Amino acid sequence: MTTSLSPSSTPLSPIQLSVVQRKRSSNLFAVVGIVSIAIALMTLIALVLQLFIQGFPKLNWQFLTSFADPEASLAGVLAALVGSCLVMLVTASTAVPVGIGAGLYLEEYIARNKFSALIEINVTNLAGVPSIVYGLLALGLFKYYFNLGESILTAGLTLALLVLPVVIVATREAIRAIPSSLREAAYAMGASKSQMVFDHLLPYAFGNILTGVIIGLSRAIGETAPLVTIGALTFIAFLPDSPIQSGFPFISFEWLKAPFTVLPIQMFNWVSRPEPEFQVNAAAAGIVLLSLTLMMNSIAIYLRYRIQKNLKW
Amino acid sequence: MAISSLSEAIAAPPRKQVIRRLKERFIESVLFLCAFSCIAVTIAIMVILGTESIGLFKTVSVWEFFTGTEWAPLFEPAKYGILPLVCGTLTTSAIALFVAIPIGTTIALFLSEFASQKVRVWVKPILEILAGVPTVVYGYFALLFVTPLLQIVLLDLPGFNMLAAGLVMGIMIVPQISSMSEDAMRSVPDELREGSYAAGATKLQTAWNVVFPAAFSGVSSSYILGISRAVGETMIVSIAAGLQAKISFNPMDSAATMTAYIVQVSLGDLPHASIGYQTIFAVGFLLVSITLIFNTIGHWLKRRYREQY
Repeated sequence: MTTSLSPSSTPLSPIQLSVVQRKRSSNLFAVVGIVSIAIALMTLIALVLQLFIQGFPKLNWQFLTSFADPEASLAGVLAALVGSCLVMLVTASTAVPVGIGAGLYLEEYIARNKFSALIEINVTNLAGVPSIVYGLLALGLFKYYFNLGESILTAGLTLALLVLPVVIVATREAIRAIPSSLREAAYAMGASKSQMVFDHLLPYAFGNILTGVIIGLSRAIGETAPLVTIGALTFIAFLPDSPIQSGFPFISFEWLKAPFTVLPIQMFNWVSRPEPEFQVNAAAAGIVLLSLTLMMNSIAIYLRYRIQKNLKW
Repeated sequence: MAISSLSEAIAAPPRKQVIRRLKERFIESVLFLCAFSCIAVTIAIMVILGTESIGLFKTVSVWEFFTGTEWAPLFEPAKYGILPLVCGTLTTSAIALFVAIPIGTTIALFLSEFASQKVRVWVKPILEILAGVPTVVYGYFALLFVTPLLQIVLLDLPGFNMLAAGLVMGIMIVPQISSMSEDAMRSVPDELREGSYAAGATKLQTAWNVVFPAAFSGVSSSYILGISRAVGETMIVSIAAGLQAKISFNPMDSAATMTAYIVQVSLGDLPHASIGYQTIFAVGFLLVSITLIFNTIGHWLKRRYREQY
């Protein structure tokens, strides 16, 4: 009877002790892991709260529909908002076709040789080039060599360079995921290569490519540095010409040459001023900018989730 | 007769097929041009940065540029030593990595070895949101939230300092490191884990002694790409770390980085081909060379681990 079987009264054997200790440290690490995620999460929450506490009172219709103004209380983001949209339009309409074309070529057409390896290394390296370097490239090439000035076109093309590697990588991954049986089926029906690529691969990969494009554009809309180097203005009190005109030929491209400002530049300008009133404006602009990028990101995440769920080859 | 007409048909394809072949050729060349545009961009970066900065080295010797300890190109007397800017970049990047590597690695180990599928599905998109926040917003956060918060503890912390900028930059890089490292850890085959569990190891021992070493080249590649990201980061440091070029490794100092200098000069209206204009291209050239080296090492490491299993 005295040799009790209950584990609490007997001292643990060295092995049992080791198991208990190691299990404890293992559980402890799980806690550390949760804490690490919490740190990241808390930062995100603190960031959003800080923006809202400082900027929310400022966020009204007047702020969204006013031009920049030396008087902080009157200033708004209209020009920046319109500028961001127009710049994104240029970026999307240049980077998306070129990026998809490049992705298709690299996956379906290229012969595996030294040249393909070169392009491969190139794309991965381009994705890692700091964004400000693209700004320097644009300053030297678009602004001074092609003489495009500080225009919406220059800004759009600059950001297109930035988005290009993202679109290429997304296209390639989407195309690579399509099983080769689908390609063979198309060929068996007598399709030519381009018919196979454009009538089959591209539609199947469309959702995944779109996800990548949206993520790329959401990154571009928040980019500040490359646009600072080409000399984006921060004080613009007019809107560029409307692309749709009332008279013949109804479509005008004059807006491409217009000087511009965009949301992140406007916010940067307000942050760097010492007056607290302008920092309120910066916070409000930050809310608008963050909502735009988060909206785009969540559309992309949702799309990817839907595609992964429904995808059955 | 029928046979000969058939062979004629083979020898001389009808017009329709010729057009079809030409169309194929045309499409292929258009796609080739798209792919070639990447190489064109790389060449353009090198050529533009090279030619625009070459003028600087006519007035400043390369030796002075790389070893001078004072950077004041826009003042009289002008000084062209890049070391202070390199020093600012090194310090902020070091702080950022000091935050990002431990947190990123821990999250990666947790998600790949401890967390359930359900947790993973929720945590990963949240981390992606963190990576998607515009850097100018992070800059605002560092200047107006993190710095005042740090000033509660560190009383003599100046309004612009490398500490706040580095810390926020670290949090920004966490998702990149955690996601790349997790991918590497999850590609470690389960046999290794099962062997470890069979030998009586706990989850932590398996994660730390088996999975982490097996995935190390992938993990280290994520670190190196993180370094390259920190070195190239611009807005956070130009908003929150200050614009004064000086040699200081003290995180509580304010100092300019290479990227912040480029922004500072661009904000003023510099005439084309002036000395100030040339300096930003020279700094940019150094920046792109540094990131290129790190990226190449990073991708090389990544390819190596892919071949292992």
